[in-house]
Amino acid sequence: MLRVPAAFEPPGKPPRPRDRFALRFWSIRHAGGLARLYAAFERALVAAAPLAAKLGWTRLERPVAAVERTVKGALFDCRMCGQCVLSSTGMSCPMNCPKNLRNGPCGGVRGDGNCEVYPEMPCVWVKAWEGSRLMAEGDRIGDVQPPIDHRLKGRSSWLAVAQEKSGTGGAA
Amino acid sequence: MNPRLHPEDFGENPWDPLPALPGHTSRGRLERVLRRGEFAVTAELNPPDSALAEDVYKRAAVFEGWVDAINATDGSGANCHMSSIAICALLTRIGFSPVLQISCRDTNRIGIQGNVLGASALGVNNVLCLTGDGVQSGDHPEAKPVFDLDSTSLLATIRRMRDEAKFLSGRKITTPPPVFMGAAENPFAPPYDFRPLRLAKKVRAGAQFIQTQYCFDVPLLERFMAKVRDMELEKHCFILVGVGPLASAKTARWMRSNVAGVHIPDAIIERLEKAKDQKAEGKRICVEIIQQVREIAGVAGVHVMAYRQEEYVAEMVHESGVLKGRQPWRRDLTRPGFDLDQRLTENLARAGEG
Repeated sequence: MLRVPAAFEPPGKPPRPRDRFALRFWSIRHAGGLARLYAAFERALVAAAPLAAKLGWTRLERPVAAVERTVKGALFDCRMCGQCVLSSTGMSCPMNCPKNLRNGPCGGVRGDGNCEVYPEMPCVWVKAWEGSRLMAEGDRIGDVQPPIDHRLKGRSSWLAVAQEKSGTGGAA
Repeated sequence: MNPRLHPEDFGENPWDPLPALPGHTSRGRLERVLRRGEFAVTAELNPPDSALAEDVYKRAAVFEGWVDAINATDGSGANCHMSSIAICALLTRIGFSPVLQISCRDTNRIGIQGNVLGASALGVNNVLCLTGDGVQSGDHPEAKPVFDLDSTSLLATIRRMRDEAKFLSGRKITTPPPVFMGAAENPFAPPYDFRPLRLAKKVRAGAQFIQTQYCFDVPLLERFMAKVRDMELEKHCFILVGVGPLASAKTARWMRSNVAGVHIPDAIIERLEKAKDQKAEGKRICVEIIQQVREIAGVAGVHVMAYRQEEYVAEMVHESGVLKGRQPWRRDLTRPGFDLDQRLTENLARAGEG
């Protein structure tokens, strides 16, 4: 059967059926723990910022993005939008939504909680809501997310966070 | 003037925006009706597959005098039809109050913002911000889905244009579009607990009115509205509940499995099946639902989506009694002494001179 491509990243990754094992669903079930882990990781990133600045942000971009793609790709089916909002979406990556909705589900979610476009995939936002209920700061799912910046696609959001939060940003 | 008409709803020319009122963001009738606390009725126009303006006028004529605004859908179901912006522009020429539907499926932020300015310049006062159906459900499944913005960020974008007179880029807009902003919500689809919160998010992003998906399950709507009232959202936006007649049990079954986000309980389908005249029963159910949702605290109106049954909207609105004798705008009920034909002739003559 011909597949309808997602808006953000055509083919590449097939939709995840509920009954196939995927770390994506495990990650959502453990959203609480992952959020705490990520908070610690973010502190480490910020602490490492001066070193990164010395090495050069530009030089780090490719290797760090490659690691990020591998790790988050496995855990969340990350699409490398470069502006990660997992902490506000219950650890369910919104770029897996074929409509790339970053602010909540569309009106087309099926009665069984599956996607309108990919009937075999659980709705990314049904999962996001479940995950957010397990997170200490889960209510951030209510924050209005700005439109995506398509220029950042493929770039490391870890480096972006380290730069931004440490104040060493600027020349990337 | 007819006492059942509200004088503020009639301007100099039927097609001109109404004089600005304090506390109103738009110069259209829909916002006025809602702010006065009257139960509003809006209807959905099925856009023609033609390049003929008369097709639009014919389709709008059945609503005249029965609705406060007409929604022109924007490629609903991802099927190609005449564009919403063109239909709205045509409707404003006559004096109808159209709602421009903007779907994020087909245009990126550059196109959308330009269309909002254009629509406002053409006299469109209301916009409805939607995500849009996926391309797979329509007649062009091979198309590129755009989805550059989503419904919530679209609301935030238009609010910024209107209130801060700025494009998303920050560039200045010399005359901002004074639009009344709407959004959709579907209380009948999962995740049910998230839906009221999502509505709150849309209100925070700028939604002033909401038109919901078809309501065939009133208890589910009541539960949703109870949460909405707990969050006091109905004080910040007007909620219009989507309703519509089902033509038959077969149609209902088809809609349930093929139209995204439509939830029809078995009881409704059984009731249709048992009826002698299924079409009449469908209308009766619709009228009953209108009467039931009117009683729910926080519901400000209904949005009638009578796809291919548009001719029955007037009759159903009349039978439901929700207008309570109020007369929504009609061409012939303008200011006393106003002659539409004469005015049109004058305008044409003036255009000829210019």
